[in-house]
Amino acid sequence: MTATRNDQRGEVAVRPASSPGAVAKPARTRLLGGFLWGIAGVALIALIWEGYKFFGPDNGVLIGELRVLPRTTDLAMPHLWDMMTRLAEPVTRADGALPLWAVVALASLMTLGIAAAGWAVGVIVGVVFALLMQRWRLAEFGLLPWIVISQTVPLIAFAPIVKSWGSRVEIGSFEWQDWMSVALIASYLAFFPITVGALKGLQSPDRIHVELFDTYAAGYWPTLVRLRLPAAVPYLLPALRLGAANAVIGAVVAEVSTGLQGGIGRLLIQFAGQASGDPSKAWGPIFGAIVLGLVTAGSVALLGIILKDYRRTEEAA
Amino acid sequence: MTTNTTANAIIGAGTGATRTKGWSPRTESILRVVAPVTLGIIVLAIWQFLVTVGGVSDYLLPSPTSIMAELVAYWPAVVSATVLTGTNSLLGLLVGSLLGIILAAVAARWRIADQMSAPIIAALAVVPIVALAPVLNSMFGADSQFGRQAIAAIASFVPIFINTLRGFRQTRPVHRDLMKAYAASSGQMLRSLTLPTARPFILTGIRIASSLAVISALVAEYFGGPRGGLGSLIATSAASSAYSRAWAYVGASIALGLLFYLATLALERLVLRRVPTGGSR
Amino acid sequence: MSDQIPTTTPAADTMTTDVSDAAVAVRGLNKQFQTASGIVHALEGIDLTVEAGEFVSLIGPSGCGKSTLMRLIADLDVPTSGELTVFGKTATQARLDQDYGIAFQQAGLLPWRTVAANVALPLELHGVASAARRTRVADLLEMVGLTEFADRFPDQLSGGMQQRVAIARSLAEQPRLLLMDEPFGALDEMTREKMQTDLVRIAADTGAAVVFVTHSIPEAVFLSDRVVVMSPRPGRISDIIPMRLDAADGREERDDDLREASSFFEMVTEVREALHGGASDAENPAPRAARGVDTR
Repeated sequence: MTATRNDQRGEVAVRPASSPGAVAKPARTRLLGGFLWGIAGVALIALIWEGYKFFGPDNGVLIGELRVLPRTTDLAMPHLWDMMTRLAEPVTRADGALPLWAVVALASLMTLGIAAAGWAVGVIVGVVFALLMQRWRLAEFGLLPWIVISQTVPLIAFAPIVKSWGSRVEIGSFEWQDWMSVALIASYLAFFPITVGALKGLQSPDRIHVELFDTYAAGYWPTLVRLRLPAAVPYLLPALRLGAANAVIGAVVAEVSTGLQGGIGRLLIQFAGQASGDPSKAWGPIFGAIVLGLVTAGSVALLGIILKDYRRTEEAA
Repeated sequence: MTTNTTANAIIGAGTGATRTKGWSPRTESILRVVAPVTLGIIVLAIWQFLVTVGGVSDYLLPSPTSIMAELVAYWPAVVSATVLTGTNSLLGLLVGSLLGIILAAVAARWRIADQMSAPIIAALAVVPIVALAPVLNSMFGADSQFGRQAIAAIASFVPIFINTLRGFRQTRPVHRDLMKAYAASSGQMLRSLTLPTARPFILTGIRIASSLAVISALVAEYFGGPRGGLGSLIATSAASSAYSRAWAYVGASIALGLLFYLATLALERLVLRRVPTGGSR
Repeated sequence: MSDQIPTTTPAADTMTTDVSDAAVAVRGLNKQFQTASGIVHALEGIDLTVEAGEFVSLIGPSGCGKSTLMRLIADLDVPTSGELTVFGKTATQARLDQDYGIAFQQAGLLPWRTVAANVALPLELHGVASAARRTRVADLLEMVGLTEFADRFPDQLSGGMQQRVAIARSLAEQPRLLLMDEPFGALDEMTREKMQTDLVRIAADTGAAVVFVTHSIPEAVFLSDRVVVMSPRPGRISDIIPMRLDAADGREERDDDLREASSFFEMVTEVREALHGGASDAENPAPRAARGVDTR
């Protein structure tokens, strides 16, 4: 953003975040400043947590029957430092048990793998659908309303049912594995935003560019490769990120509802069950899920850096 | 240079830069209705055919008619479950909307607030929020619906915050210059420029959030807590091999999600009184 | 000379050359658009021949169909009736054979390609080997004076530079015909004059015929061999005025001095009067009409 002209004195109610104010600081200083403030934001949340735990009543704050603020016992709200130290301790008292963080990391890796498989399937299916709809408008008319609707409804409700498919599908020597049910649900959630984003992107070239390719007598495939796909990149990247986030959510939820062992979703349920004796332990997989989400988004962001030439208009905006 | 200002709503994205050759406007508007309806009927017919004639097992795919029968048989349970989950979603959506709009206004006004919230928002946007369900249950009590409402609120907060903040930043320099030339106070600026500019973005955020609120409230039920909502009933029906009944509850949750989406879409159209254009995520 | 009567009658084609030699030949061309409010007659009864190597400008108020005519020649739209040939072939065949290059009002560069890659685009699409492509692109960029910008991206260039890239791109395959739709319309006056001088030189160097759509009278006069004056509703050719400028021997000699020559002003006046005579209503683009308007 470049709009910095008239708002130097802060008299304007709203100003763009990236407007550097009166003095344009060097980019690196600004980046560092943003980073430090971000840390301060996280620290503030931590402070609120511990502050409320210290001052709040044990039984929480109730309005009538409804508890609007949580209980502050160690059982309900463990200390942050307890959560951290718990991560380093062994997961069970059994001999040779791995520390909690390692168990969480292994489970996260498994979920990440399943989500990635689901995401990949979602990308392929989504892009194929978008290509079909871009090529034939009748396909767009027929399919798009259903895709939009399906985006607004809780299709993840299917998850417990998909489980019932798993054990009974057998085609030749191929046997349906439980993790495939989970990946299927993940791909299901990932595919919708990707389809819509890819379609928007493929349809995004300006009329002038389409006509230019017409004047070059360029057929469908050259136009697709040299015009439509590159033009779709700025639309595709947010869609891929959304798809990745959905794939992770789908994988976690599907692990819970199908009861698949070994993933982060299973740990969430399992450790929550042990929370009455070991409340800090339940937070381990939550941190794992947070890291999982960040890693996924970061991977897609990396893709965006590789494709930066195709995002020039986006940056100029 | 054209930029990504084309923030078409998903529905409105149908007009690409195609050559002018093609159907007449009338044929097109007819096809837009006929094509999806036809496809829906075909799929439904194939489904019914596969199950009744093709011999696809019940656990794979119950027939539409048997699902309808279950829906009728368990109608009171379906309604009460839908109301329960719907209430959780609605409360979550309302609280999430309020929080999102207020905090976005704060972040738009004070740069420090924006910088401090940036990493938290970025994390919330990509993290599976339902993962919080178990600890929320223990924080607020396992017999309470509050955990689910909180999940729905957090899930709907994110898109509303992001969209609202973007909306507050859409005021164009030329308009700000104009207001400044009129010596408008910051309150006047907010009323006559910033809020009207942001309004379509806020409404788009609420529309996106409405679906998320339903999905999150429903999914949170898979993570334990009191029974009776759509999510827990789907899970128990599936676990006891009553697949047609599970599908009936799935149908109810689809209807619920659609209801939320259409209600917020109607709100958007009512307030903007024109074809929606803002679909920026 | 403001009392001079135009020597060419509208649409009269005095040239005697064989039609198949002509770059563009149009006979009785009509174009109608179906809109929500009924049928719009964009073009009616258009007759026009553009000789090989000739520079012809189409000028007229908005809605006179000058851009539509150019789009029909480019085969971006299909005429409702009438005859249209480009180098003796149908417009579609001419497009498939890549007989013309085209430039629009916006540069229309692909933002993800460098300047050099943008110029190379048509060559790439038509399978020119990469070594030949490189030399051709280097030549073209030198012609438009952008050699040192070859590796920049479009968003790093000024509007005038972008337009020069677009012109280089339109010349990439040495077309015998150049179609230009107000290519300098978005540029400031000084850049515009420089681009006009460059275009005169380039067109003379390449020997290409040019169909140039504009709404600037001085621009049309400075560039053209003939100026085709059009009027709106329905879009018609109301006058075709040959330019008689003092340039010694041919177009390539035109330079900035010509802009101050008396013959230049005489031609400007003649085109303006033709525009006013042709456009019957308030659509007259008459911001400068205050000077020397003699009603005939």
